Amino acid sequence: MSQGFDFTIVIGGAAGQGIATPGNILARIFVRRGLHLHAYNAYQSIIRGGHILLTMRVRDQEALSHGDRMDLLLCLNQDTMTRHLRHLGPGSYAVYNTDTITPVDHQEGVNLCGLPVIEVTGERRNRLAQNTAALGVIVHILGLDFEVLESALTLQFQRKGDAVVSSNVSVARKAFDYAQENFPALASPMPRSPSPLAVWTGNEALAMGGAAAGVKFYCAYPMSPSTGVLHWMARNARELGIMVRQVEDEIGVANMAIGAAHTGARAMCATSGGGFALMTEAIGSASMMEIPVVFINVMRAGPSTGVPTKTEQGDLWQVLGASQGDFERIVVAPRDAHDAFATIPEVFNLADRYQCPGIVVSDLLISEGTFSVPPEKIDMTPPIERGKLIRDANGTPSAYQRYLDTPDGISPRAVPGVPGHVHVVATDEHDEDGVLISDEFTNPLKRRQMVEKRARKMEDYLTRVPPPVLEGDTGADVTLVGWGSTAGVIAEAMEQLREDGLRVNRVAVKWILPFHGEAMVAALSGAKQTLIVENNHSGQFARFLRGETGIAADGHIRKYDGEPFMPHHVADGVRAHVNGLVPGGVFVPEQEIIV
Amino acid sequence: MTIDLREKPLTAKDFKGKVDPDWCPGCGDFGLLRATQTAVAQLGLQPHDIVCVSGIGCSSNFPGYFNAYGMHTLHGRALAVATGVKMANHDLTVLVTGGDGDGYGIGGNHFTHTARRNVDLTYLVMNNQIYGLTTGQVSPSSSVGMKTKSTPFGNIERPVNPITSAIMNGATYVARGFSGNLKQLVTLIKGAINHPGFAVIDTFSPCVTFNRDNTYQFFKQRIQTLESEGHDPTDWKAACEKAMEWEDRIYTGLFFENPVEKPLHALEPILDDAPPVARVPEPITREQRDRIVARMM
Repeated sequence: MSQGFDFTIVIGGAAGQGIATPGNILARIFVRRGLHLHAYNAYQSIIRGGHILLTMRVRDQEALSHGDRMDLLLCLNQDTMTRHLRHLGPGSYAVYNTDTITPVDHQEGVNLCGLPVIEVTGERRNRLAQNTAALGVIVHILGLDFEVLESALTLQFQRKGDAVVSSNVSVARKAFDYAQENFPALASPMPRSPSPLAVWTGNEALAMGGAAAGVKFYCAYPMSPSTGVLHWMARNARELGIMVRQVEDEIGVANMAIGAAHTGARAMCATSGGGFALMTEAIGSASMMEIPVVFINVMRAGPSTGVPTKTEQGDLWQVLGASQGDFERIVVAPRDAHDAFATIPEVFNLADRYQCPGIVVSDLLISEGTFSVPPEKIDMTPPIERGKLIRDANGTPSAYQRYLDTPDGISPRAVPGVPGHVHVVATDEHDEDGVLISDEFTNPLKRRQMVEKRARKMEDYLTRVPPPVLEGDTGADVTLVGWGSTAGVIAEAMEQLREDGLRVNRVAVKWILPFHGEAMVAALSGAKQTLIVENNHSGQFARFLRGETGIAADGHIRKYDGEPFMPHHVADGVRAHVNGLVPGGVFVPEQEIIV
Repeated sequence: MTIDLREKPLTAKDFKGKVDPDWCPGCGDFGLLRATQTAVAQLGLQPHDIVCVSGIGCSSNFPGYFNAYGMHTLHGRALAVATGVKMANHDLTVLVTGGDGDGYGIGGNHFTHTARRNVDLTYLVMNNQIYGLTTGQVSPSSSVGMKTKSTPFGNIERPVNPITSAIMNGATYVARGFSGNLKQLVTLIKGAINHPGFAVIDTFSPCVTFNRDNTYQFFKQRIQTLESEGHDPTDWKAACEKAMEWEDRIYTGLFFENPVEKPLHALEPILDDAPPVARVPEPITREQRDRIVARMM
């Protein structure tokens, strides 16, 4: 385990108790100190009540997951105390308001930091006073100066006026002073690094990736956990000149994006699995009309309405098989928020080049997680390659054919408004000139020609996306294979296993379709025991891998309870497999933290 | 010798598509096609300035027979696609063509919301009150009692009223045409294209193969033009009353026009003093990037 600073603060309460505000304030404090943040918010589909648990892991190096520990638990209600105090180990802290919350059974060595909020702050009626007071206590425990909190509170509340700022600062100050007298601080205080970091959610990263890619048309129907993309786009639309529309349903969304893309604007839309299901027919039509659009599917636990606020990797087969017919598509599953940001422009360049739909698969874990990012890594001017796009009449061919059967299968694409290039794009099968061959004189030779023309476009695709690679010790005892968002947690599990003396390497698959089958076979050729880690029940990726490569994994680690893997879940699974303790071949870790 | 097409005034014939229609001889859709070609020629439009978007059905084959940029999209989705086209490039004249099943049935949700948004589209519905391409089933516009392959004992569901629906949902130019009256249709289509907002022309377009009830003869016996009665198209209540008449007298003409309401693209602030988004340069500026990142710190 790292010798450096690695501390996890967990804030629990009911929806409506204002967990977000102290969470945001702490996040700002951490990233301004140059510390890395990886936050996961476990919540339910409820506006008031229920149980929310925000886990904020702070580290002096990149935090690849929300970790395994609770070092400080802030209880905003009794429920949080009752559920989670037992998870605290020696040396950890529980912060709570003694006016309303009573400790329960706990391990020895837990620092119980009960604050009599009314007595200390004098605030009787303001129910949010306990949140601000708790920040004073936490800042003391972390060994920070009060001024750090004072400036963060000022920043947070300045829009609400000086009175709100000064009352919050006063409450925090009193709590901070009380904590200094009554509670121990960390032996070594929270460090700082010279370079402040920025903070974003995965959905914001996806949206910013779109903006960087030159998206000028974004539309969506609100659906958790993808709605954050719409919110970012709507907020920044005017500054960036992006047309943002909220549409009546996802069928309309997908078709509207296709219409916009046809005019030459880069168009994107995001949804979750249910909305994606409604989009599927349109995705096939984008392929048939050869119009590039990027569709984002942020997976949540399903099927049907499922568990809207929980994560899962259950939509792989949906995106692989989206829409009727047999057609070309790009499917990619980024590994984390920054990867999602950087992937969007790449997918647009590929979709533009091949004039086909691009599908980006995220999940709740990436999309709704909050992460630090070094500002210099936010490159919003990536290369933009539009492929064979004709936007003006210069060099007009004498007889333009939209679906000209070229050697590489890619036909020059003129947008409406260009003189001399008038044509029809059709969801019916058509000939090179866009004339339908479906209704009369169906021509098998032309049908075959067009199927092969579209397929031929993708022949050099694999030269343009990186192959999957084996990372870590060659000759390791165990090879872990994951896809998309499990990359980080697998990497941290590998660290833990290394300390046990187990040699583990991994392949983190990102580019899914078309698949680098041969490279994958090569990457796994020396594997002694291959285990596939995925956030679903049926092993969707395992079946995909077997279909694409013929490789059947030796075992599986799967989780499908709605909560994401923690590193020890994966490590436990590896140990169980290595020790022959998984008779059915599928290890399912137990989720200890119940929210 | 080179001929510069841009200088040449176009006629209806110049808007003939690459192939001839495969509609049944006598199909009402020929009338609307001819009227549309005439109207755009009279308005002085060029084929490359027009996008004609359709869904699926007999009448949705329209873009293939019309010389303009065309999109032959999915069943029921033409209005959604067309909204994307118009909002991304509002310099284009966007026509939407299709049938009653496509527009009022499977595409009904988009019809409601396109009207509500007042997107600047001209929606030409060839209403034959039957599903033709699937060989004759009941449609959302079929009359009560109509016998079709899917209602062999007579339709028991009431038909949609496209005119009152369009008005109630917020369309700002609502008309009814008849493919047996080309002169009126040309006038209505020109008015619809010139109208800045969502213009709907529901056109009786008899299906001579599958609909034996709503024939040319049926309409000719009943049709009366609104113009002949001096109807005031700014009076939405009178428009709805006229649109409810069916048995003995059926009105065609311009039922309703709202000349005040602005179309969606004119209300969109990002288009103030800016070109259509399809023509905006893609990269964002260094200053824009820095402002975004500063807010994340």
